[in-house]
Amino acid sequence: MAAEGGNGISIKPMEQFKVTPLFGDGDVGMFTITNVTFWLFLAVVAVTLLMVLTTRGRTVVPDRGQSVAELAYGFVYKMVEDVAGKEGVRYFPYIMTLFMFIVCANFLGLIPMSFTTTSHIAVTAVLALAVFISVTVIGFVKNGTAFLGLFWVSSAPLVLRPILAIIELISYFVRPVSHSVRLAGAILAGHAVIKVFAGFAVFGAIAPLAILGMVGIYALEVVVAAVQAYVFTILTCVYLKDALHPSH
Amino acid sequence: MATETVGEEIEAGMPQLDFSTFPNQIFWLVVALFAIYYILSRIALPRIGSVLAERQGTITNDIAAAEELKLRAVGAEKAYDKALADARAEANKIVAAAKADIQADLDVAIEKADAEIAAKSAESEKAINEIRAGAMESIEAVAKDTAEAIVSALGGSSEKAAIDSAVQNRLKG
Repeated sequence: MAAEGGNGISIKPMEQFKVTPLFGDGDVGMFTITNVTFWLFLAVVAVTLLMVLTTRGRTVVPDRGQSVAELAYGFVYKMVEDVAGKEGVRYFPYIMTLFMFIVCANFLGLIPMSFTTTSHIAVTAVLALAVFISVTVIGFVKNGTAFLGLFWVSSAPLVLRPILAIIELISYFVRPVSHSVRLAGAILAGHAVIKVFAGFAVFGAIAPLAILGMVGIYALEVVVAAVQAYVFTILTCVYLKDALHPSH
Repeated sequence: MATETVGEEIEAGMPQLDFSTFPNQIFWLVVALFAIYYILSRIALPRIGSVLAERQGTITNDIAAAEELKLRAVGAEKAYDKALADARAEANKIVAAAKADIQADLDVAIEKADAEIAAKSAESEKAINEIRAGAMESIEAVAKDTAEAIVSALGGSSEKAAIDSAVQNRLKG
């Protein structure tokens, strides 16, 4: 599309998020191999490279790759232990799975022309719902009905407690929404803004400015990719802590 | 027709809300998550965990060994200090013994010297007394003779006995 056409600018910032079949055209069925499949597969490959291939040596004095893997392990392990407590360590592999997937998917999405799986609400909603359902189940299994004490603020005056219970209940059920929308929204917005800047780069006069803007946003996106993975993981730990120790 | 284009535009605008792709995304996501979980929990995490534990063990062992070596060094220093103190005490003892020996020798020598000096001075005193007695006798004789001579020179009658007793009285008085 020529930018200098009569109907103005033709920027399609959302086209990068389109789910399309990888082979041939047609409808996207449940088991169709799509660009989603491809980039999810790359995320699995990235996790494998990062965590398995680098640690092949099992050396006491680690090389560069192994220290990255150990750093990621230690980072998440300490987070789980600090936030969710000693009992939370049991769930460390699940939380590590979440963290490694999000971090790898986010950074893969920063490759130009790539498809960012974590920008899709369908993906983040599954992650958030998985956390929400598991945490609720863990809460009831571990504490029985005492888990409901999470909603009964015993430190508040008795009159306020029913009102607070309703607020707590609502906030509890809003958790998966905010949990998933935060991640998808942050990634989606950043990538869309980059595309918008890229669209403006077509025009000669403001092209330097647009490219400068892209570089800036890209740098910001690198930070966002890591921070959002961290935020998602630490919130998971916080929810897990609530399930393990429901008292306020 | 118009509504269809609007619908298409919205769809193009927000692929995230195209629910027809949800089953596909969710299916592959679940597959990917299970794959990652399997890889992490079966291979990566146990491996890294064991490496970290092994390193911790090595570090702990090294620290313990260092602690032991340090203790040993402290012990060696103590032994050295003790040896030094012992040697010093021994030296002091030897010095004190030597001093006492010397003092004893000195005392004996001084006593001997004192005795010798006392003997010598007694001898000298005796000699002096003898000399003094001899001198007294001579003085008496000289005085008698002189008195006799003076009396006779003055023309007095010289009575030897009277002069002698007078001189004797004079010398005694």
